[in-house]
Amino acid sequence: MAHATTTHAPSEKYYVPHSSPWPLVGSVSLFLTVGGAAMWLNHSNAGPWVMTIGFAILLFMFAGWFGAVIRESEGRLYNDAVDRSFRMGMMWFIFSEVMFFAAFFGALWYARNFSVPWLGGEGTRALTKILRGDNYEAAWPTDGPGDVGGDFDVIPAFGLPAINTAILLTSGVTITIAHHAIKSGSRGVLNVFLGLTIALGFLFVYLQGMEYVEAYQHYNLKLTSGIYGSTFFMLTGFHGFHVTMGAIMLLVIWFRCLKGHFTPTHHFAFEGVAWYWHFVDVVWLGLFVFVYWL
Amino acid sequence: MAHAHTHDAAHDHHDDHGPAKGIGRWLFATNHKDIGTMYMLFSLLMFFIGGAMALVIRAELFQPGMQLVDPMFFNQMTTMHALIMIFGAVMPAFVGLANWMIPLQVGAPDMALPRMNNFSFWILPFAFTMLLGTLFVPGGGPAGGWTMYPPLSQQLGDGFPMLIFAVHLMGASSIMGAINVIVTIMNMRAPGMSLLKMPIFVWTWLITAYLLIAVMPVLAGAVTMLLTDHYFGTTFFEAAGGGDPVMFQHIFWFFGHPEVYIMILPAFGIVSEIIPTFSRKPLFGYDAMVYATASIAFLSFIVWAHHMFTVGMPLAGQMFFMLATMLIAVPTGVKVFNWTATMFKGSISFEPPMLFAISFLFLFTIGGFSGLMLAIVPADFQYHDTYFVVAHFHYVLVPGAVFSLMAAAYYWLPKWTGHMYNMKLAKAHFWLSTIFVNVLFFPQHFLGLAGMPRRIPDYSTQFADWNMISSIGAFGFGLSQLLFAYIVFACIRGGEKATDKVWDSGRPHGLEWTLSSPPPYHSFETAPEVK
Repeated sequence: MAHATTTHAPSEKYYVPHSSPWPLVGSVSLFLTVGGAAMWLNHSNAGPWVMTIGFAILLFMFAGWFGAVIRESEGRLYNDAVDRSFRMGMMWFIFSEVMFFAAFFGALWYARNFSVPWLGGEGTRALTKILRGDNYEAAWPTDGPGDVGGDFDVIPAFGLPAINTAILLTSGVTITIAHHAIKSGSRGVLNVFLGLTIALGFLFVYLQGMEYVEAYQHYNLKLTSGIYGSTFFMLTGFHGFHVTMGAIMLLVIWFRCLKGHFTPTHHFAFEGVAWYWHFVDVVWLGLFVFVYWL
Repeated sequence: MAHAHTHDAAHDHHDDHGPAKGIGRWLFATNHKDIGTMYMLFSLLMFFIGGAMALVIRAELFQPGMQLVDPMFFNQMTTMHALIMIFGAVMPAFVGLANWMIPLQVGAPDMALPRMNNFSFWILPFAFTMLLGTLFVPGGGPAGGWTMYPPLSQQLGDGFPMLIFAVHLMGASSIMGAINVIVTIMNMRAPGMSLLKMPIFVWTWLITAYLLIAVMPVLAGAVTMLLTDHYFGTTFFEAAGGGDPVMFQHIFWFFGHPEVYIMILPAFGIVSEIIPTFSRKPLFGYDAMVYATASIAFLSFIVWAHHMFTVGMPLAGQMFFMLATMLIAVPTGVKVFNWTATMFKGSISFEPPMLFAISFLFLFTIGGFSGLMLAIVPADFQYHDTYFVVAHFHYVLVPGAVFSLMAAAYYWLPKWTGHMYNMKLAKAHFWLSTIFVNVLFFPQHFLGLAGMPRRIPDYSTQFADWNMISSIGAFGFGLSQLLFAYIVFACIRGGEKATDKVWDSGRPHGLEWTLSSPPPYHSFETAPEVK
C-alpha cells in the first residue's frame, strides 16, 4: 500500500509505545464502575456515586487513550503492519461480540424448542406436566406456567420493527457510500453520508425507545414477562446498547472527518467503525426474524 | 501521567529505550516481557492463595466428622479454590508464557497491541480483589460451586453481584489477551515463518486464543442472565416463567468445555517443545500435532453436555455427546503417541523440565483415561458428582496443566533471567511434587468409585483411610511448592550465568535461543530471516 497523499513516509519500524497510563486508568475505572454497581445492587447509598465516578474515569480513559492513538496515527507513526494489527484486532473483537449475542440467541432457541415444550408435557416429559398439576399448554409467546408478569401482547413485526429494519439497512447503504467517498477522496460526500448514517442510527435508537414505552404502557410486555419478556428485552436491549455505542463511535469518526483526518489509503478507524456498524445491522436482522417475526 | 504524554508526543525514535525506572515500569508497562513477568508472578500468588484454600478443604477432610470449619465456609473454599485456580492461576500463567515466548518465538519486537496487553493484565488484580472481597461481605463468598448453577448460586448474599462482575472482568481480560495473541501470531511473524514452520507452542496458543474469544463472551452472557434473574425479574432459569435452570448448564458448559482445553492446549505446546530438546530429536509428526490440536479444539465445541448427563436430557442427546466425547481420545491419542515416538531411540537426558514433561505424559494420560470412563453415559450416572470426577479433573489440571507450567518455568527461566537455577533443588521439587500429587489424587479415584460425593465437608467412616492419605499428600504437595517459589526467586536474583542456548547439549530449536540470555528489552528490533 503506497501512501501517495501523505507528506512524510510512515515509520519503517513496528510502533511500540514506550509506556502508557491508560490501561491502568482503565482498570481502575472498570473496578469502580462494576464495584459501584455491585454496591448499588446491595442497597448501598454510595453505590451510584462510586459507579458514576468509575464511569467518568472510564470516559476520561477513552478520551485519553484514543486521543493518544489518534495523535500517533496522524503523526504517521503507524506503518502498514500496525494498521493490519488494528484491523485484525477489530475483527476478532467483533467475533467476540457475535459470541456474546450467540449466548442470548441460544437461550431463545433453547426456550422455544426445549424448555417451553417440555413444560407443556411434550415428548418424554409428560410427567413434568402431571407432577406440576396445572393445565399449561406450551405456546410461543409465553410467560410460562406461572403466568409471570401477567398477560401481555407482542409487538407486531410488521409495524415499527419493520420500519426500524429499513432504517438500519439504509444506514448500511449510506455508510458504504461514505466509505467509497473516503477512498476516492470526496470529502464532501463523505461528511454528508456519514452524518446521514449517524442520524439514521440515532433515529433507530429513538424509535426503539418509543417501542419500549409502547410495550410497557400498552402491551404489558415487560422485562419481567416470563421467558418471552426476558429474551425480548435482553436481546433487543443489548442490541440497542450496541447501536448506541456504534452511533457514538460514528460520531467521533465524523468529527475526525470534519477535522480533515484520514486519507484515501489510511483510515482504519473509519473502517473499524463501519465494520462494527454492519455487525449491529446483521444482529438486528437476526432479531427481526427470530424475535419479532417467527 | 505527564510521564506518558511526553512519550506520546515525542516518539519518532525509540530504539534506545531500556526499561523505565521505578514502579512506572510495571504500572504503565507496554513491554511484553515485563507484562509476561507480571502475569506469571500474579499467577504464582494466586496459586498459593488457591492452594491454601485447597489445604483448608483437605484439613477438614482429614478425618470424618466436622472439625475445623463450618460447612458453609467449606463450600466457599471449594468454590473459591476452583475459581482462583482456573481464572487466577492457570490461565494467567499461560497468558504470561504467551507474552514472554510468542514474540521471541515468532521473531517479533513485542506483542502486536502493547497497550491493550497491559490492560488485560491490570484488570486481573482488580477482578481478584473483587472476587476475594466476597469472603468479607454479608453472606460470604460464593459457595454453590465454581459452575454457579442456579438456583443455588442465586442464594448468595452481597457477594453475588461481586462474583458476577468479577467474572465479567476476568472475561474481558481474557478476550483482550487472546486477541493480542492471535494478532501477534498472524501479523508479526518473521519473514519466512509460514504457519507450518511456527513453533508448536505458538500453534497451540493460536488455537487456544481462538477458543478464548469464542467462549468467554458466552460465559459473560450466562452470568449476565444470572444477574438479571436475580435482580431484574427475568426468568431465564426459572420454570415458572418458561425458563429452565438446565438452560444455564447448557450455556455454561458451552463455555466450560472449551475452557478446559484452554487450560490444556498450551500445556501440550510446552511439552511438545521440551521433549524434542531433551530427546535430541525433532518432534515426531509436527503436522499431525498441529492437526490434532485443531481437531481437539473443534470437538471441544460439541461435547459440552457430557458434564450434565444426569440432568435428564433426551436419549439422542446423551448418545451424541457420549460418542463425540470419545472421539476426543483420537487426536489426544495421536499426541501421546507422538510424544512417545519423539523419545523413542532418543538420547534422553533428565533435566528438570524433561522430568516434568515425562511426568506430564504419564499422569495426564491417567486423567485422560478416567475422562473416557466418565464419558460413558451409564457409567457416568454412577460416577457423577463423586470424588472420581474430582480425581479425574485434578489429574488433567495438576500433573497436566500445572506440571507443564513448572516444566515451562524450568525450561525458559534461564533464558528469561540469564541465570541457571539450582538443578538439585529443582529435581527435589520434581520428585516431591510427583510423589505427593499421586498420594493426593490417586486415592480419590477409589473414594469416588466407592461412592463418596464431592463438595461435602463430612463423610461416612468407610472413606476415612483414603481421605487421610489424600490429605497427607495434599499438605506434602502444597509445602513442596514453596520450594518452587524459592528456586524461581533465587534464580531471578542470581546464579550461574546461562548461555544463549541454555541447554547446549540438547540443541534446543527455535528463535528464542538465538537471542542472548536474558534477551534484549525489545526482542527482535529487526526481524530475523526464517528458512
